[in-house]
Amino acid sequence: MNAELQACGLDVGSTTAKIVAIDRAGRMRWWHLEPAEPRVEEQVARLIDLAGTAGVDLQTAPLVATGYGRNLVAGAARTVTEITCHARGIRQEFPGGGVLVDIGGQDSKVIHISPQGAVVDFAMNDKCAAGTGRFLENTAARLGVALEDLGRLTLSSSDEVPITSTCTVFAESEVISLLAKGVRLEPILRGVHRSLVRRLVAMIRGIGAASPLLLSGGVAQNQAVAQLLSEEMGRPVQVSAHPQLVGAYGAALTALEMRPSRA
Amino acid sequence: MSGPERLTALAGIALGRAALRLNRIRAEGRARAWRDDILGPPLRLSARGKELVGRHWLEGRFAHSQGRKVAWVTSGAPVELLKALDFYVVYPENHGAICGTARTAEGVMTEAEAAGYSRDLCSYARTDIGTALCGRTPVGRIPRPDLLVACTNICQTVLFWYRVLAEMFQAPLLLIDTPFLYYADAPPHAVEYVKRQLEEAVPVAERISGKRLTQERLRQVARLAKTASELWMEVMQRNRHRPAPISAIEQFIQMAPIVEMRGDPQTVDFYAALLGELDERIARGLGAVQRERKRLLWDNLPVWYRLRDLAEILGRQGAVLVASTYTNAWGELAPLIDPERPLESAARTYLYPILNRSTGHKLATMRRMLDEYQLDGVILHSDRSCKPYSVGQIDQRARLAQDCGKPALLLEADHNDPRCYSEAQVANRLAAYLEILGT
Repeated sequence: MNAELQACGLDVGSTTAKIVAIDRAGRMRWWHLEPAEPRVEEQVARLIDLAGTAGVDLQTAPLVATGYGRNLVAGAARTVTEITCHARGIRQEFPGGGVLVDIGGQDSKVIHISPQGAVVDFAMNDKCAAGTGRFLENTAARLGVALEDLGRLTLSSSDEVPITSTCTVFAESEVISLLAKGVRLEPILRGVHRSLVRRLVAMIRGIGAASPLLLSGGVAQNQAVAQLLSEEMGRPVQVSAHPQLVGAYGAALTALEMRPSRA
Repeated sequence: MSGPERLTALAGIALGRAALRLNRIRAEGRARAWRDDILGPPLRLSARGKELVGRHWLEGRFAHSQGRKVAWVTSGAPVELLKALDFYVVYPENHGAICGTARTAEGVMTEAEAAGYSRDLCSYARTDIGTALCGRTPVGRIPRPDLLVACTNICQTVLFWYRVLAEMFQAPLLLIDTPFLYYADAPPHAVEYVKRQLEEAVPVAERISGKRLTQERLRQVARLAKTASELWMEVMQRNRHRPAPISAIEQFIQMAPIVEMRGDPQTVDFYAALLGELDERIARGLGAVQRERKRLLWDNLPVWYRLRDLAEILGRQGAVLVASTYTNAWGELAPLIDPERPLESAARTYLYPILNRSTGHKLATMRRMLDEYQLDGVILHSDRSCKPYSVGQIDQRARLAQDCGKPALLLEADHNDPRCYSEAQVANRLAAYLEILGT
């Protein structure tokens, strides 16, 4: 066992599952990320075993679970929503509060964080997955573009074709028909990104914009999203160094606070 | 009406009442399915409330064979006039709510949709039109209308919805148009305009009912309506106590008589008894949830098909819906009812429902309720089906947070259409909101 690993956070999301272990000072010392599986309980058990193999002593290190699958984590000392965990996780990296935009696989969150790090307000996409990672994922798959190339290809063009449909499924057919008309790939991609970003901007404005603007979630790795969001909002966007781990990290920090030695 | 037909009706009613009584006795002796380790003990009177509403619908089943005329009305219609003429009154919206809680609404709505009614229409309207088309209902049978009364004080959809009903049933439609109140008080011309419509409605309703309206009977009904509304208001105001003895979710269930049986003596008796039970609960320190920590306000119609889930999700964290603008709407107008001037006061009363007033008025109502009931936050149900209730909620939410320092959650759903409800998303938002409140 690695005595340095003092607390654990597990974020069971709709698209990926993440587990993070931290030391006494709250530094991230170990993490693991993998695609979400349909059998959540089995995957969770495996991830916890993995943490054990990495040296986490779960007898003493508390584990906090977050994400949509959080209630399926047997052995969690507590479950906390991803809203609270993201706010907690980003505070370590960007103290002083602000507006965090987290774009996950099936939901996007906009969280207004006070300078003290408390959640003041939040908004999430409702009813449909437009404006989320799934929107880009579907379109990329349709266009035969690898996810990691999406941002670069998008930014390589200054031309843009508007995508009018915000529905993930209908946008796909719109993209296909544009391609059939001979429109180039890159301007279409730019239009797709613009559509996603505008949905986010509406949510940010609904919350009442506050600076700084922070970005996390898997989609934050796509540099085109950060750039277009910055353009639309007219101010810089700061991207987390570990955008996919913010929730799990926040869960681990919450777990650390539960340790008797820190109580 | 033939003698044997009347006798059959009487026998049917007697049999039905016996069955309802038996159900009540069984229910009284049975623990309810709701989580009693989270929530407070159920109201003893619940079973009696259910029996009362059951008897009301049973009566409807035999209304025609007993020689009574039937009116279908909107929830904000001036019902006293119809009661005084002995109409049996059907509230399609209440029936919709029954279908919602019984989880049969979706099935009948698809009948309406198959007949061409868009899913963008109000889910109450679709439930009602669907029921009229297929005849399926959890209440047994709904009598055909001899008269339809639509009052525009709740929304404009009723204008078209009731025209559809008029066409389907070939029944006369009385429309009571209530001008929207932009300011605090109704201008005299608006009151006069509604009063004249009510006066003109009298001979139409008399002709259909075959009865003459007497002032004495009208005053009596208005008196009963006023007393019941006052008692209902008192029931809600008992929640000024901590812990709150009756959650707004329970109020959603117990409000049926004040809507559909307003003006009946048994409604007065029911709420008087309910008040007595609440006083007992207060004396014993019994709350709607086991460990009340946070007290919340609910805005808009309930999500009828998820009442229990909502009660349990909130209750698990010690949160309780203490008040709602919706249940409040059936009590707050009691002072306007003047039994000595029934028609004149009805003209004013039916202009003042919350949905016929400005969004600023609703915000002021919510602010007042936050103080009156010492509340910690607000859940604003953004109801896809009820635009007049939902409009303004984004600004109201911001103002509640900024001006009153009360966190407010906007929850997207639909009062009767479960297809517009995202289970995981709703649970997640509620959980995150409760974390903000620090439950």
